[in-house]
Amino acid sequence: MTTLIHTGGFDRSAVRRWRDRLAHFGVTGWLGLAVIAFWAGAAIFGPALLSQSGDVGGAEVFAPVSAAHWFGTDYLGRDMLARLIEGARYTVGVAFVATLLASGTGTLLALLAAASGRWIDGTMSRVLDTLTAIPSKMFALLMVAGFGSSVTMLIVTAAIIYVPGAYRIARSLAVNINALDYVTVARTRGEGTGYVMLQEILPNITGPMLADFGLRFVYVVLLLASLSFLGLGVQPPEADWGSLVRENIETLATGGAAVIAPSIAIASLTIAVNLVIDNLPGRAARERGAR
Amino acid sequence: MGALVVVDRLTVSAGENTLVDELSFTIRPGEVLALIGESGSGKTTTALALMGHARRGCRIGGGSVRIGDVDVLSLRARQLRALRGRTVSYIAQSAAASFDPSRTILDQVVEPAVVHGTLPRGEAELKAIALFRELTLPDPETIGQRYPHQVSGGQLQRLMAAMALITDPEVVILDEPTTALDVTTQVEVLRAFRRVVRERQVTAVYVSHDLAVVAQMADHILVLRDGRMREVGTTERLLAAPQNEYTQSLLAAARPAPRAAGTAGTGSDVLLRVKGLSAGYGPRGRDGKPAVTILEDIDLELKRGQAIGVIGESGSGKTTLARCVAGLLPPSIGAMEFDGRVLPPALAQRSHDDLRRIQIVFQSADTALNPSHTIERILARPLQFYRGLQGEPLRRRIGELLDLVKLPSTLAERLPGGLSGGQKQRVNLARALAAEPDLILCDEVTSALDTVVGAAVLDLIAELRRELGVSYLFISHDLHTVRAVCDEIVVMRHGRKLAQVARADYERGPHHPYYEELARAVPELRRGWLDELDRARPALVA
Repeated sequence: MTTLIHTGGFDRSAVRRWRDRLAHFGVTGWLGLAVIAFWAGAAIFGPALLSQSGDVGGAEVFAPVSAAHWFGTDYLGRDMLARLIEGARYTVGVAFVATLLASGTGTLLALLAAASGRWIDGTMSRVLDTLTAIPSKMFALLMVAGFGSSVTMLIVTAAIIYVPGAYRIARSLAVNINALDYVTVARTRGEGTGYVMLQEILPNITGPMLADFGLRFVYVVLLLASLSFLGLGVQPPEADWGSLVRENIETLATGGAAVIAPSIAIASLTIAVNLVIDNLPGRAARERGAR
Repeated sequence: MGALVVVDRLTVSAGENTLVDELSFTIRPGEVLALIGESGSGKTTTALALMGHARRGCRIGGGSVRIGDVDVLSLRARQLRALRGRTVSYIAQSAAASFDPSRTILDQVVEPAVVHGTLPRGEAELKAIALFRELTLPDPETIGQRYPHQVSGGQLQRLMAAMALITDPEVVILDEPTTALDVTTQVEVLRAFRRVVRERQVTAVYVSHDLAVVAQMADHILVLRDGRMREVGTTERLLAAPQNEYTQSLLAAARPAPRAAGTAGTGSDVLLRVKGLSAGYGPRGRDGKPAVTILEDIDLELKRGQAIGVIGESGSGKTTLARCVAGLLPPSIGAMEFDGRVLPPALAQRSHDDLRRIQIVFQSADTALNPSHTIERILARPLQFYRGLQGEPLRRRIGELLDLVKLPSTLAERLPGGLSGGQKQRVNLARALAAEPDLILCDEVTSALDTVVGAAVLDLIAELRRELGVSYLFISHDLHTVRAVCDEIVVMRHGRKLAQVARADYERGPHHPYYEELARAVPELRRGWLDELDRARPALVA
C-alpha cells in the first residue's frame, strides 16, 4: 500500500489487464497486429518514404508488375504502390476516427440509458432504432447530396450510421451490469449517475466493447470503400482504397494488378483486425453481446 | 440391487493443481456414502470421476474406479456413453438448469430409457408414472405433460430423480440435490429421495456440504478437504466421535451456538420504526396500490444495538423489506422512522447522512464487489465519499478496516476475483463498516458460504455488534443462522409478518404454527431425525 489510492491502483490493474490480454495472443493474433501496424505505419510514414508520388502519371497505362512499379500502374499510368500508400491515410485514418466516434458515442449514450431512468432509456432507444431503420447507403447518399463530400463529412456520416449498433450492444451489456449488486450498493451510497456510469459500469464492459470496436472498424472500412466505389467517398485526384478499385475496375477482366492490389489491401486489413479480435479474451461475452 | 463400487487411488488434476489426491474408498451394494467438504474440496470432481468424466480442463491422472466388475476408467468413449445414465446416473444440484425448457417433462424423463434401449417408450412412460407416484409427486398421471417452468423447484428436483432412476441404475450420484431449495421443501424432497433409495436398494453417492442433511441420508460419511480424505466412518460413529480436527470443526459449525448478545449497546431508544408498510412492483393503480403487492402491512421496531432476524421462504418478501428500508423501493403505503425522524421513502430524497447510517450487505459477494476494482479502491470509496479522507489517513483507515474483518492487508491490492468466497464476504462487510453506519441490512450474507466459513462470518458479525454497537436487520431463510445472532425473530410469509419471537422464547412454545413448521424443517444433526418426522406426519403433502 505504498501507491496513491486512486490513480495508482487503477493504472496498475489496467496495465496488468493489457498485459494479460496480450499474453493470450496466439500466432494469428500477432500476425493480425503486425499487418495492422504495417498499414498504420504506411498511413503515417509511407508518403514520406516514397520515391515517386502517386500524382505523377504518364507511364504506361495498366502496366504489369515490374521493378519500377511494384504493383503496376493505374488507368492514368500512375504508380499503384504510391497510390495505395497515400490512400492508406484515408482508409485507415478516416475509418479509425469514424469508428472511435461511433463506438465512443454509442457507449456513452448506452451507459446513460442504463444508469438513468426509464424515460431517457426509452426515448434514446427509440430514436436510435429509427436511425437503424434508414438504409445506411441511402443515408450516406442523402448526407453527401446535402452537404457535399469531404473527409469531415465522411467521418460524421460513418459515425452516425454506426452509433445505433454500438449503442445497442453497449446497452445490453450495461443493463446487465446495472442490475448487479455492486451497482445497487453504489446507489444506496448516494453516488451520482456519472459515477455509476463511468466508474462502476464502464470498466466492466470495456473488454467486449473493444472487441465490438474492432468489428465496427471493419464495417466502416467496407462502408467507405463502397461509398468510394459509388463515387461518393473521397474525391479525385485523392483516392482511398475503395476509389482505387473503382478507378481501375476496367482492368478486372484482364486481371491487372491495379485492381487486385487495393482489393488485397482492403481484405488484409479487415482480416487482420478480425484476427486480433478473435484473440482478445472474453470472446464468449462478446458473442453474447453482439448478435 | 446396487453394485459394489471400489475406488482405488483416484487422482484428478487440473494443470498443475491436484484436485483429488489418491483417494480410495469402497461402497458396498445398496449403501449410501456421503462425500462431504467445503467448496473446492474435490467432492463433485470425485463424484463425476465415478462416471469416468472429468470437467473441462481437468484430467483423471491415475487410479481406478470399479463399478461391479467394470473398470470405468479404462472404458472407451462409446462404452462410457453406454454406462452413463444406465449403470450410473447423476442428479445435479440445479434441476432447473438440467431440464430443457422447451420439451415436456415426461419426454425428458423417459429419454434415458429410450436412448439406452432398456424399455420401449410406452412401457417407459408407465414406469415413469410409477416413479412419480413413488416420489410422492402430485398428479402422477398428468404431471409429465407439463413443461419444466410449470412445476415448483422441489418437484423438479424429484422429477430429475425419476429421470435418473428410470433405467434402474446400479449407482446413483446425488450432487447437492437439495442445496438450492427452501428448508420446508428440502424436507419433502429428502423424504422422497430416501424412500426410493431404500426401497430400490441402489448404491448411492450423496455429495453435500450439509452434515445435518447427510446424517439423514447416508450410511457412511467421507470427509474431504483439499482433495484428500480426512476421515471416513459410519454416520453414527462420525457424528458421535469425530477424530479428525477438520471433522470436528465441521460438526461445530453445523451446530451454531448463540453468539453473545452484547447488552452494552442495547438501549431503549428505537432506531428504526416501520409502520403499516406495504410495497410492491409495477405501475400503481387508482387506489395507490402497485400491480403486484409483495409486502403488506408490516410493523417493525428495531432498538439501537439490537439485531432482528427476518426469516421466511423464498418469495416471502423478506428481501423486499430490506430494499424498502434501504430506499431502493419506495413503499406504496406506510412510513419509516429512523432515529426519531421521518425517513424519506426514496433514495433521492434521503440526506447524505441518512444514506451513510443505513448500509446494505448483499448475499452474493461475487456480484456485490465490482470485479474490476481492487479491494483497496472498493474500501476507499465510501471513506472518500462520506468522510473525505485522503492520502495517509485514508490508507490507515483501510488497513484498520481490513484488520477489523480479519483480513491481511496484503489483500488490498488484489481484485475480488483473487479472493475466496469467505474473504469476499468479509470485504463486503468491511465496505459497509467503512461508512460507520448505525444499521446494517444483511441479506442472506452466509447463504452462499460453506458451513465452516459461514460460521466464521457469523462470529465476525456478532463480534462487530459487541464492539461497535451496530444494529442489524438480518435476513435469512435459515432458522439456525438467525437464532445464532439475533435477539428477535420476525417470521414472514406471503409478504405478511406472521409472528415475532424474542430470544428468550426461542425454545418456549407455543409459537405460530408456521414458525413451528419452519423450526421442525431444519434438519437436526443426528440420525433418525427424518424417521421421527415421518412417524409424526406420515401423510406426505407435496
